[in-house]
Amino acid sequence: MTRATLAGIGVALTSAPLGCFVVWRRMAYFGEATAHAAMLGVAISLALQVSIFGGALLVALIMSAVVTQLSGRNYATDTLLGVFAHSALAVGLVIVSLLSGVRLDLMAYLFGDILAVSREDLTIIWGGVALIFALIAWRWTPLLITTLNEELAYAKGLNPRREQLILTLSLAITIAISIKVVGILLIAAMLIIPAAAARNFAKTPEAMVVITAIIGVCSAIAGLRGAYIFDTPAGPSIVCVTLVFFIALSFAKMLAKK
Amino acid sequence: MSLITVENLSVKYGTNFVLKKINLEINSGEIVTIVGPNGSGKTSLLKAIIGAVQPAEGNIDLKSKLKIGYIPQRLNFDKTLPITVERFMRLTEKVDKNTYMSALKTAGVPETSKSQMSSLSGGQFQRVLLARALLGSPEILILDEATQGLDQPGSAAFYRQIEQVRQNTACAVLMISHDLHVVMSASDRVICLNGHVCCEGTPSAVVSAPEYQELFGAGTEGALALYRHDHDHVHEHVNPSE
Repeated sequence: MTRATLAGIGVALTSAPLGCFVVWRRMAYFGEATAHAAMLGVAISLALQVSIFGGALLVALIMSAVVTQLSGRNYATDTLLGVFAHSALAVGLVIVSLLSGVRLDLMAYLFGDILAVSREDLTIIWGGVALIFALIAWRWTPLLITTLNEELAYAKGLNPRREQLILTLSLAITIAISIKVVGILLIAAMLIIPAAAARNFAKTPEAMVVITAIIGVCSAIAGLRGAYIFDTPAGPSIVCVTLVFFIALSFAKMLAKK
Repeated sequence: MSLITVENLSVKYGTNFVLKKINLEINSGEIVTIVGPNGSGKTSLLKAIIGAVQPAEGNIDLKSKLKIGYIPQRLNFDKTLPITVERFMRLTEKVDKNTYMSALKTAGVPETSKSQMSSLSGGQFQRVLLARALLGSPEILILDEATQGLDQPGSAAFYRQIEQVRQNTACAVLMISHDLHVVMSASDRVICLNGHVCCEGTPSAVVSAPEYQELFGAGTEGALALYRHDHDHVHEHVNPSE
């Protein structure tokens, strides 16, 4: 249970800065589709019997690189994401079903299996947290400037493409470490809902990340507790708590305005 | 002294040339305006100068360590990204409160410092962008259609502000504008662009140039034609040139 809580907190923390950028840059669909594509990575990892973190990370990265390269030519980004990401999900599911001899609980990957988080998983999750925090802290100002206006970034001597790459890489890492905790289908929820809830009361970008992190961590703890008490699946329970935060804060904002 | 020298510049997207063999020079302290119809490569020219697009041919020489104050057309965010004017001012330059407050005063919007960027009016918003651009004590301000979304009096007031800033700081100004009446009053030099430099010179010389009249129509009708250019509805009127 302690391990599960620590894993949940780790995922909530990495999701905070990334979730804010996903909301600011309108990458919600991008995040969701890349997460779904990670199923192919999980399937390949299982077939080759290697760590699912590596497989998922690799597929998420390849997916975002391909989509970024191809978008704007003949199709819009969301169309390309729809094609590649969802086919990757489908192919992944088919591969998993063909793997004979492996007893698989598909639900564990689609919805997470936080109670099965091992000591090794925990090391990887918190390593990911440290890496992402370091990356984002290092590039914070350039990332914000690039988000506001690309030409402004160029005029300041920055390279928006490089900043985009850093964001994409961080997103792929977040997805890879979140699979065990909330599952492929709900990673996007952990990215978007706490950030959207935090938007109600944040005055600066920094404050929004901090509030997002607090909401995420509280949701992880409360969601796990609830899952234990009511015997419900952990990942969806955590997401349900984030939704409660979103609704409560949106109402509070409406009342504050009056 | 020349701040920006563009030599033989060509820019293409895919196989389409949007700019062909452009030569121009911007000197310190002058206000230069680029006019041209939609798709004439105005924005591409600015992008090439700040390094956001790579030239297919030619050279762009910037004075070494040229300090550019760039004022974008708009920012890519609405209400999803909370940011106060104060925080925005400290985003690109590490400055203390006195410095950014005095820049906000110069731009005419000191009262906005605690407001959210998303709550500003169009005119205030552009002035905050101007204030931010002034922070690095730029030698040149570059404006990409900075008055889009402002009404006529609003944009006229904004350009008067720019002129005043130039008088106080002696920085050069390079801007794109649709507003011909503003071009006439505020610019030292006008460059008329349509994939290539059609003509350039003082505002009055450009307006009477045949190349310009061919693009925008003649006489006062030209200014009107340019202005109508952006309307999404058509007025019933008889155009003698049709």
